[in-house]
Amino acid sequence: MTDSKMPVSRRKFLATTALGAAAAATGTVAMPSILRAQGAAVKLGVLHPVTGALSYSGQQGRLGATLAIEEINAAGGIKALGGAKLDPVLGDARSSPDGGTAEVEKMNSAGVSAIVGGYASSICLAVSQAASRYDLPYLVDVGVADSIVTRGLKNTFRFGPGFGVIAKTAIANLAAINDQAGKPAKTVMIVHEDSLFGSGVAKLLNAQLPQHGFSILETIAHPTPTRDFNNVVLKIKAQNPDIVIPANYYNEYVLLARTMQQQHVRPKGIYSVLGGAASSYKFLKEFPEAAKYIMDCNHWFDPRNPKALALKKKVEAKGQFFTYEVYLNYSCVQLVADALERGASADRAKIIAALASSTFAGHIMPYGPTKFVNGQNEGAAPANTQVLDNDIKVILPAAFANAKPVFPMPA
Amino acid sequence: MFTPAILIAAIFNGLLTGAVYALVALGLTLVYGVLHIINFAHGALLSAALFAAFFAFHQFGLDPYLAAFLLAPAFFACGYAFQRFVIGPASHGDDRNMLLVTLGIAIVIENALLYAFHADTRTIDVPYAFQSIDLGFTFLAVPRLVGFGAVFVVALLLWLIMAWTDTGKAIRAVAKERLGAELAGIDVAHIYAVTFGLGTACVAIAACLLIPTYYVNPSVGNAFVLIAFTIVVLGGMGSVPGALIGGLVTGVVESLSGLFLGDSLGQIGIFLIFILVLLVRPNGLFGAKA
Repeated sequence: MTDSKMPVSRRKFLATTALGAAAAATGTVAMPSILRAQGAAVKLGVLHPVTGALSYSGQQGRLGATLAIEEINAAGGIKALGGAKLDPVLGDARSSPDGGTAEVEKMNSAGVSAIVGGYASSICLAVSQAASRYDLPYLVDVGVADSIVTRGLKNTFRFGPGFGVIAKTAIANLAAINDQAGKPAKTVMIVHEDSLFGSGVAKLLNAQLPQHGFSILETIAHPTPTRDFNNVVLKIKAQNPDIVIPANYYNEYVLLARTMQQQHVRPKGIYSVLGGAASSYKFLKEFPEAAKYIMDCNHWFDPRNPKALALKKKVEAKGQFFTYEVYLNYSCVQLVADALERGASADRAKIIAALASSTFAGHIMPYGPTKFVNGQNEGAAPANTQVLDNDIKVILPAAFANAKPVFPMPA
Repeated sequence: MFTPAILIAAIFNGLLTGAVYALVALGLTLVYGVLHIINFAHGALLSAALFAAFFAFHQFGLDPYLAAFLLAPAFFACGYAFQRFVIGPASHGDDRNMLLVTLGIAIVIENALLYAFHADTRTIDVPYAFQSIDLGFTFLAVPRLVGFGAVFVVALLLWLIMAWTDTGKAIRAVAKERLGAELAGIDVAHIYAVTFGLGTACVAIAACLLIPTYYVNPSVGNAFVLIAFTIVVLGGMGSVPGALIGGLVTGVVESLSGLFLGDSLGQIGIFLIFILVLLVRPNGLFGAKA
């Protein structure tokens, strides 16, 4: 027994010591190589769900990130690192948290300095945790779940707004728009999809809208996918609310808006919170009639910023829509590049420190001053948009607006 | 709780939705009735047909209703080829193998669509998409009414083919007694393929009726196929009138239970009826005794 046990443990012992020695060796070798590598490329993980159910959003996100990398490289790379170029390491989360975690492992062994992306909240949650094991800086592009940044992970940063801030802003702005118009709207109906996102929005709205003087006639939940919205629209028609608030994904939003138009249901306003289609150029292009005057509180770019408009033009020239995945990822990559400049190092710990104290400015988002508290950018805010003159205009916040809200909808 | 106007509107709406369910189920029940296999590729074929109708409109400006006359024969040919050259040979005469082959085809089609067109949802905007007929208490969308009428025309045509043509007689013969039909000189492999082709053509027509008011993406067919399976079992496996009535009943039940229980629970009504029918009439409403 002992004879047979001994060699195994000895082998194990040898193996571990060999690994340890190898790790130590690469560690000591790596240090001077980074110092010497002034001007050598900085590897940046670009992780999105580019296949599976979320592939459209993932591909848009990848587009935004790679566009930013191309621009930074074309402009001379990271100057503090001797003009080091950013080298994207592309990864596919395959539309699942497991897929995201697996990519983190791969990217870590590929030696990336930071990871950008995630898209869905569930993927962001998994990726942030996996990356934190390697103290690998991770920038959440979209994922709005508040729990992504409230778990105390030092490596995780979110440049965009979280769910709580978006919902709060949405409710305050709805009340402001209504007050400004002389309070024509008193009653509200909420149509939401029945998973975490839609139900969460509905719960917050139900709790807070009555405080602003709105009475909620009915809250209708529907599954994703829903094939037919006629019943929902019949109910809306019967109750005749002043405002309809949809909180659902693109496909269902399109069906709902089309059915409302077919059934000649015209409330005083359609106001959505993180609406799947409400502030989508695609929806506007395909259904200009159904999209008219729809308002949304969502991620949006700064419409007065020439850099944002130039990027929009560039994306559209590629035959793609300028969706929020594109400009959020674009901004996240810029934020990393900015942190590389500030820290003047591709070292992970230095990047994390530079991000935590970042005052990144000159970006294309309609945000306040960048300030990270527990990984969340306190300056981040959603914008209110409205479909006006066959375009999507920003109506709030006033500092970034390029149109005035039209409410109630003209008949 | 609800005024009669809403109830009637909901019933109408259920009938209009149910008609399209029926057409999807019709193709499925036909294949089951003759080949005795559940065609798992049905949903994927519906997605493919929706894409075909989308591109016919988008690239060539072909109206979906006109495209149906083109796509139905094209998909018939596809279905025929699938059964004759893929499913038939690959199954080696074993029904269980056929089942797995259709499942494989479903996966291949769906992922080929995803690869070619991405997961992007697309819609078309035909001029009549928002036209509706005013009944006073509700509006009936014109494209859905057209769909409703077309489903009955297709069902009638199918019935005529089955009842009066030699091919139809051969199909029925193969469905009833395969060995006997083979002994009588019927080319069973050909009849299998024709049946699969007819089922696929039904899907193509359903796609053309759906696209004016619906959307398309690579996994869209799945939303319909589960309900179609339910209808096939409800109406009786292999029964054409069963699929038609089953589809309409399912549409109305779904609509009414959606109205009373909310859309999240709307599906409960369908499956309650489904379980009841299975308990009382295990062969379905119109199913022949096994």
